[in-house]
Amino acid sequence: MAVTAKSILELTDVHTYYDNIHALKGISLSIPEGDIACLIGANGAGKSTTLLTISGVQPAEKGEIRFRGEPIQHLRPEQVAGKGVAQTPEGRQIFPRMTTFENLEMGAFLRKDKAAVAEDLEWVFSLFPVLKERAGQLGGTLSGGEQQMLAIGRSLMSRPALLLLDEPSLGLAPKLVERIFKTLLEINQKGTTIFLVEQNAHMALNISRTGYVMETGRIVLTDRASALLENEQVKKAYLGE
Amino acid sequence: MVRQELQKLAVYAFFLAILLIPMLGFRSASFEPDRALKIWGVFVGILILNFIVKAVRGGRAAVEAHKEPWTERTRERISRIPRLYTIGGLALLAAVYPLMANNYMIDVGITCLIYVSLGLGLNIVVGLCGLLDLGYIAFYAVGAYTYSLLNLTFGVSFWAALPMGVVLGMVCGCIIGYPTLKMRGDYLAIVTLGFGEIVRLVLNNWDSLTAGPNGLFGMKRPTLYYPSFADGGFSWVAYYLKSLPALYYLILIIVVLTIVGVRRLDNSRIGRAWIAIREDETAAELSGVPTTWNKLLAYALGAAFASVAGAFFAAKLSYTNPNFFLFMESCIVLCIVVLGGVGSIPGIVVAGFVLIAVPEIFRGLENYRMLAFGAIMTIMMVVKPEGLIPASRRKRELHATDPHPHEESDGRDR
Ligand SMILES: Nc1ncnc2c1ncn2[C@@H]1O[C@H](COP(=O)(O)OP(=O)(O)OP(=O)(O)O)[C@@H](O)[C@H]1O
Ligand SMILES: [Mg+2]
Repeated sequence: MAVTAKSILELTDVHTYYDNIHALKGISLSIPEGDIACLIGANGAGKSTTLLTISGVQPAEKGEIRFRGEPIQHLRPEQVAGKGVAQTPEGRQIFPRMTTFENLEMGAFLRKDKAAVAEDLEWVFSLFPVLKERAGQLGGTLSGGEQQMLAIGRSLMSRPALLLLDEPSLGLAPKLVERIFKTLLEINQKGTTIFLVEQNAHMALNISRTGYVMETGRIVLTDRASALLENEQVKKAYLGE
Repeated sequence: MVRQELQKLAVYAFFLAILLIPMLGFRSASFEPDRALKIWGVFVGILILNFIVKAVRGGRAAVEAHKEPWTERTRERISRIPRLYTIGGLALLAAVYPLMANNYMIDVGITCLIYVSLGLGLNIVVGLCGLLDLGYIAFYAVGAYTYSLLNLTFGVSFWAALPMGVVLGMVCGCIIGYPTLKMRGDYLAIVTLGFGEIVRLVLNNWDSLTAGPNGLFGMKRPTLYYPSFADGGFSWVAYYLKSLPALYYLILIIVVLTIVGVRRLDNSRIGRAWIAIREDETAAELSGVPTTWNKLLAYALGAAFASVAGAFFAAKLSYTNPNFFLFMESCIVLCIVVLGGVGSIPGIVVAGFVLIAVPEIFRGLENYRMLAFGAIMTIMMVVKPEGLIPASRRKRELHATDPHPHEESDGRDR
């Protein structure tokens, strides 16, 4: 793997525990600025835990996490968010009794630049026009796909430098999955680095530049995504070929 | 749908009959089924009314499925009455009430207002921030005892003791808030319940400070000062707010200020942060909400409002004892919040009056009064599970060019 650009996120030997469950057993990875990277692996491998550790929800016990060179492993989630990291949590954790509009508004909670927030709102509405139609509807009454779009949209409202996405394709129809991945490319083109966790390895590797394969708390393979798509091991285990 | 509703109606009516008839009808001395029947009739009447409403709503829904449900439309109609008139009318009514009522009625009014302010305070913790608190009455006790002790020991006046009570209440709020930050649901309920009981037991047993179960008495009433030019000199004269109407106006002012305060909080950034925490804590912190700080703040501010109410309560009675602060009181306040419609200020005001005044109206039923109270609660929750006046969707705009996001509501707001 050739890391040419400056890395926006760097993990070095990160360990995370849930009480006595050793969920991350020394993760190291480096994501270049402007990239799309993905993390694939079986259920329970520790993919979600990796994202939660980065964002500070499940703090690392050991190891170092650097965002733009600055260590962030000791920061609380809201401080990490303040640095420019947004996470769309697994299972579309939107605010069910807030309207679509209010959900998006919460995404911009830390921002003071009202004019730019308004611009970003327009941008999110242009990415997901259905959200504009449903602006006044309660988040909890949106369909699964709409909720996923809302969750992504909410993360974008903080105008993040790094977007962490946990299984955006979960439970969505193939057509919609395709649309969401296309939108991710669009988001990336606007300059947002994306770190993606996916079960849908094929789609994820297709839009990513770098891929990481995870097994029981460890990263076992790192390569260019295109190379991973050809890798026999990966093909067998995650691409169902 | 109609059949289902009818079946439900029959079950409720039967259930109520089982509850009411034996307990009211067969008394030890005399058999009085007529009285039980009357009460039963009223309740069944309410149920039938509800059934009719539902049937009409259901029928209409079948024809024009896209139309907003009945409650939503009524609410909209009410909201179309200029708010100034509604609020002005209520204010006028509240202001002239003591002139029309006898002392007993004023006293009930004062109690209602105390509970309204408690409900509004607890609403911050339960309604906005989503933290269950079963020991809320402890902060009311803190306010009452702070004023009592400061006044009896140091002669501190009501107005000077008030801020001290507020600060102490907030400190206590943080004391209960801090260790429970990571708790949710059932655990939080148990810990807060325990906290409430601990406060009461401390008050009950710390004889040297609180006089234990005998309680404290002899506190001065709140005072107003007015200038006097008698004897050619100038001096301030203290006027003690002793009469019931005077105390009524004082608590009315406290309630109005509480409403203003809670409304401002509700519509602020802090209010949004609280609601986000209530809805999904992880998502909230990922959005940049400092959850720890905001939860502590909710406990502290909720406690502050209870503390003010407590100080007023002690000053009004000029007496306080630990048995005013039983678990039952926390329950009633919680009922006011839930019944009113979690997060809804007008709902809580109405529920405060309903829950405190209704048991008074049923005083004639003697021991069965709490039964009637329970029955009313049950019925209300069955008929309007979302509360008397559900919190309306908050209409906030991000910016002027906002594309009217609230037009598409579909009436699904609860
Ligand atoms: N809150 C928790 N408490 C205890 N153990 C947990 C918790 N969350 C996750 N784990 C454990 O940590 C390990 C990694 O979980 P994680 O959620 O990161 O897996 P994942 O790779 O995201 O799986 P999936 O693809 O199913 O989402 C699993 O063994 C899981 O049981
Ligand atoms: Mg996961």
